[in-house]
Amino acid sequence: MDTATGAAQAAPPPGRLVPPQRPVPDREDLATLKVVPARHYWRWVAGVAALVVVAQFSHGLVTNPGWDWDTFFLYLSADTVLKAVWVTLQLTVYGTALGFALGIVLAFMRLSRSVILQTVAWTYIWAFRSIPLIVQLLFWFNLAYLYKELGIGIPFGPVLWSFDTMNLVSALSAAVIGLALHQAAYAAEIVRGGIISVDAGQLEAAAALGIPRLRQLRRILLPQAMRSILPNAANEVISLFKGTSIVSVMAIGELFYQVQVIYGRNGRVVPLLMVATAWYILLTTLLTIAQYYVERHFARGAERTPPPTPLQRARTFTRRMRAAAATGGIQK
Amino acid sequence: MSTDSDPVTGTAAGTSAGSGLMVDVRGVHKNFGALEVLRGVDLQVRTGEVTVVLGPSGSGKSTLLRSINHLEKLNRGYISIDGELIGYRRVGSKLHELKEREVLKQRLHIGFVFQNFNLFPHLTVVENIIEAPVSALRRSRKAAVEQAGRLLERVGLADRADAYPRQLSGGQQQRVAIARALALEPKVLLFDEPTSALDPELVGEVLDVIKDLARTGTTMIVVTHEIGFAREVADTVVFMDDGVIVEQGPPAEVLDRPRHARTQAFLSKVL
Ligand SMILES: Nc1ncnc2c1ncn2[C@@H]1O[C@H](COP(=O)(O)OP(=O)(O)OP(=O)(O)O)[C@@H](O)[C@H]1O
Ligand SMILES: [Mg+2]
Repeated sequence: MDTATGAAQAAPPPGRLVPPQRPVPDREDLATLKVVPARHYWRWVAGVAALVVVAQFSHGLVTNPGWDWDTFFLYLSADTVLKAVWVTLQLTVYGTALGFALGIVLAFMRLSRSVILQTVAWTYIWAFRSIPLIVQLLFWFNLAYLYKELGIGIPFGPVLWSFDTMNLVSALSAAVIGLALHQAAYAAEIVRGGIISVDAGQLEAAAALGIPRLRQLRRILLPQAMRSILPNAANEVISLFKGTSIVSVMAIGELFYQVQVIYGRNGRVVPLLMVATAWYILLTTLLTIAQYYVERHFARGAERTPPPTPLQRARTFTRRMRAAAATGGIQK
Repeated sequence: MSTDSDPVTGTAAGTSAGSGLMVDVRGVHKNFGALEVLRGVDLQVRTGEVTVVLGPSGSGKSTLLRSINHLEKLNRGYISIDGELIGYRRVGSKLHELKEREVLKQRLHIGFVFQNFNLFPHLTVVENIIEAPVSALRRSRKAAVEQAGRLLERVGLADRADAYPRQLSGGQQQRVAIARALALEPKVLLFDEPTSALDPELVGEVLDVIKDLARTGTTMIVVTHEIGFAREVADTVVFMDDGVIVEQGPPAEVLDRPRHARTQAFLSKVL
């Protein structure tokens, strides 16, 4: 039905022909009419064109001998590569754990009422965000050159314990320390952002209830802050995970370094870069999935009815398909 | 008594305990920067009594309530609850400011119900209620859950113990907030406009809970704009304006025969 012409007919402008009214079909007629969906031919053309490009690209990946898939599969799960993946994972886990632990402390320092703590934390964050990670890592690597010995003792007083820096700071721990210190500066700001996003009334209510201070932070503040901390934190973990490849400058046998060593020997650069890529993609995917479930955990209470997980959604889908197969028709 | 009575020499809090005085506010001044919000407030609430505080917006009602549980620090004057000075300890002629930890302990005796509920959204109703008894009073979880059940029954929400606050209506949330404050068995309950964030049809259910508390002899100070409620429940009505208490007395006097022009003007607007 055309309502626009109907409105126009209400007051036909003088000197214009009034178009003849079309017969309005009955309700029964409408119910029996067949609906023809709008056809979008150009959408189809564009879709097919895109598929052709993708097919060509995949064909190239599979058939171009330059990719050298045999070498790729040979090294994908080779012992040296697996060991290197393990080192990369260790760097990520320790870097994240130490970085965020220090970051949380720094965040609370910046939010504390003590001007001294605020200033110290602010300066730390300023410094470590200013120094490029690679420069910082090289500093740590050369620590022994700056300080021959590290000791524990009374400040400005006698030394009680001392270590030879050469032994203390192995290449791996130098890398972990470097990554963690760098990470802490960013983590501090992310954690602080999460904390200040929590409604001030929450802490006021906790204080009015006499809940002990530490408990207020752990039980009331942080779980709510986690909601805005998590997406950013996951970004940081993933970029730290890939950022560990920078550590290759310190000749540590992490994934990227190991791959370089191998193609230095056999000259198969491209397939070995693909090996590293595949591992980075796989592990990033796992991290992303973990992020989804952790976020969901901290979203409890945030929505009246939480949306189903992909797994739950898949289950409802298969149940519906099965029901459809049984009755011979798809139900909504 | 002078409104400017010195907190140090004032009739010390200890003497009031026997007389049935629960809340004693003396010569309280509070300013935010140059703005004087409380300008010498005196208020006494006896054990088991309900005091309703009325007054125009910005007159300092919230600030007074927040001072009573030391969410705001005073600039002058003092406040004591059941004979205990709030926020300070008197040693000889000196007042020592208490540490946060000690203030938190004092607050266990003072229940506070906020205008916008301030329930913890990530905790269920029952977790909201047991949080303070378990963490601050060191009650066993089991005992706290049982008590929470009784309190929820009292506010008519026994079946919603496992809901999250966002799954409740405003009126239900405020009733949970009241149950949460009651879980600490406070000596006095403070309400800051407990119904003004609610739709009109939800106001009644919250006021009914407060009326029930009044009947059982809970000492309360209620800031509200519900004149009908004040008339029905209050033992004392206090009218505040511009940082001072202009007039106080039984509801029949203050509400029906106000003596001060400012009280008359306010009541003629809200009635
Ligand atoms: N933290 C603060 N900093 C500065 N000014 C404040 C602060 N808190 C309150 N005030 C001011 O103090 C005055 C009294 O505020 P208060 O909240 O006690 O009023 P009220 O009587 O509760 O009003 P309402 O009925 O609108 O809630 C207001 O002028 C307000 O702007
Ligand atoms: Mg107020």
